Amino acid sequence: MLTGIFKKLFFHKTSLFPSHGNQIMSTSITRKIKKSIYSNTTRSFIIPIISFLIFIAIWHMGASQIHTSLGQVPGPAQVWSQTTALVEEHLQERNKEKKFYERQEKRNAKKLEKNPDAKVKIRAYTGKPTFIDQIGTSLLTVLTGFFVASIFAIPVGIISGLSNTIHKALNPLIQIFKPVSPLAWLPIVTMIVSAVYVSDNPMFTKSFVTSAITVTLCCIWPTIINTTLGVSSIDKDLLNVSRVLRLNWVTNIYKIVLPSSIPMIFAGLRLSLGIGWMVLIAAEMLAQNPGLGKFIWDEFQNGSSNSLARIMVAVFVIGFIGFILDQIMLLLQRKVSWNKSAELR
Amino acid sequence: MSNAYLNLSKVTIDFPTDNGFYRALENVDLGINKGEFVSLIGHSGCGKSTVLNIVAGMNLATSGGVLLDEKEVNEPGPDRAVVFQNHSLLPWLTSYQNVELAVNTVFKNIKTKSEIKDWILHNLELVHMTHAKDKLPSEISGGMKQRVGIARALSMEPKVLLMDEPFGALDALTRAHLQDSVMEIHSKLGNTVIMITHDVDEAVLLSDRIVMMTNGPAASIGEILHINLDRPRDRLTLADNKKFNHYRSEVLKFLHHRHTHIAA
Repeated sequence: MLTGIFKKLFFHKTSLFPSHGNQIMSTSITRKIKKSIYSNTTRSFIIPIISFLIFIAIWHMGASQIHTSLGQVPGPAQVWSQTTALVEEHLQERNKEKKFYERQEKRNAKKLEKNPDAKVKIRAYTGKPTFIDQIGTSLLTVLTGFFVASIFAIPVGIISGLSNTIHKALNPLIQIFKPVSPLAWLPIVTMIVSAVYVSDNPMFTKSFVTSAITVTLCCIWPTIINTTLGVSSIDKDLLNVSRVLRLNWVTNIYKIVLPSSIPMIFAGLRLSLGIGWMVLIAAEMLAQNPGLGKFIWDEFQNGSSNSLARIMVAVFVIGFIGFILDQIMLLLQRKVSWNKSAELR
Repeated sequence: MSNAYLNLSKVTIDFPTDNGFYRALENVDLGINKGEFVSLIGHSGCGKSTVLNIVAGMNLATSGGVLLDEKEVNEPGPDRAVVFQNHSLLPWLTSYQNVELAVNTVFKNIKTKSEIKDWILHNLELVHMTHAKDKLPSEISGGMKQRVGIARALSMEPKVLLMDEPFGALDALTRAHLQDSVMEIHSKLGNTVIMITHDVDEAVLLSDRIVMMTNGPAASIGEILHINLDRPRDRLTLADNKKFNHYRSEVLKFLHHRHTHIAA
């Protein structure tokens, strides 16, 4: 019994303080650590950069081979120049807007100087939304749709994970609606929104409501399904602990159900947000709702020599935003998850 | 035995299966006195755990019933705290918080905040785990987790403490330490305990009585062995004790001669 404890102590000592009187061992360890740091930076920075460069090269070579009715397929250089052009257009538009308001203010001031009782009208600037405005609209729409979906889906998932009866009742509906394409929902949502959402001074535009609802309809399912799965696969022993303690259902959910199903809930949320972002672009394109989808469609209809390059800029931006949204969810998961050591991908 | 503290009378339980009902237990009669330490031993699948689950209120007997302190048992509750085989600590709570969850639910309107804190620390001290009170279960060893599990169960001040193979998953050395701790706590607090075990030495060392169960289906109590060894018991002196070895061989004979598991 004692020898076991001594062994344990001794083992701990050597592993915790390797440098004590053993220089050779410690240098070999630092070398190993250096090597592992080197291979970590290689893996996380250098390799992705190399693969991206290879992609650019293949794209550059491939693009010059294909000619379309809108000219040559744009290569990396044209896309880059259109990116700067789009940013430039945005800045010009903002400048115009600023000047418009300055002129208006001056005109109104003059009017008031002449006659203090004169009625002054303030008109809003009605310029064309720029690419960057469209990004903003799309982001706001997808986040609204996703938020509404999550508020609905997480509680439903928890309830159907806890109760077999409710799961049996909901499952057929979920399975039927889950595979429906957003494009099938869109006409129905549009008609219902224009029939129901009638107001003289609407807080949101109709197109915004339609797009957001379409996103919601497509992104509640993965969250419901994954939350249900997470909740129904909680360790039975933990639920028995809850039964022995006679926890009421609120405490049961907060202390036991939610913490243990957080990973599955987030798996569902990330799927949902990804689907929502894809759905939104399609919905905007088809319904001509403002946003990145409309930008792409307008450029396609416009058919100038720059159109393909501009669409490609949009493609990259859409992809990049999708990636960033997923990373934000990952960050959020890391923040709320109890298991800080778990590797999240 | 009808005036015992915990009373199982004619407990029979059937589980529904695809081929009709499976009778796991039949006519289990057992009375346990206050402060008594009783072990259930038998081959795996003989329904030991089912007996424990019925006392815990997790399963309900098909016929017959359980009385604890003159009240019928029909749902789980903190007066019958369970120490689970695989500790069942909530992995997102520290040792302290795990015990706290139990104490807060049981003593919510009875103890003040500072009393609750003292009580949690007192129970962690009983199992010698004060030093790891702020550690998560993943940061402590299997034996330490089981200690916290025992602290959590004790902190509910249960009328009867139910232990389902509490040391089954531990190595021999850790198991011996925990057995000593359980004996120490039992002598200090005088809890009524039912423990399921596979380990003959463990049963003889800890128990006042050993309940030996026959094999299922329709398992029931085969024999009951009274262990008349003075407490406190010391494993090293008992190793050469004639009485201890006699009890040991009695249990072994029951398990291996009279009720050999057919499937095993």
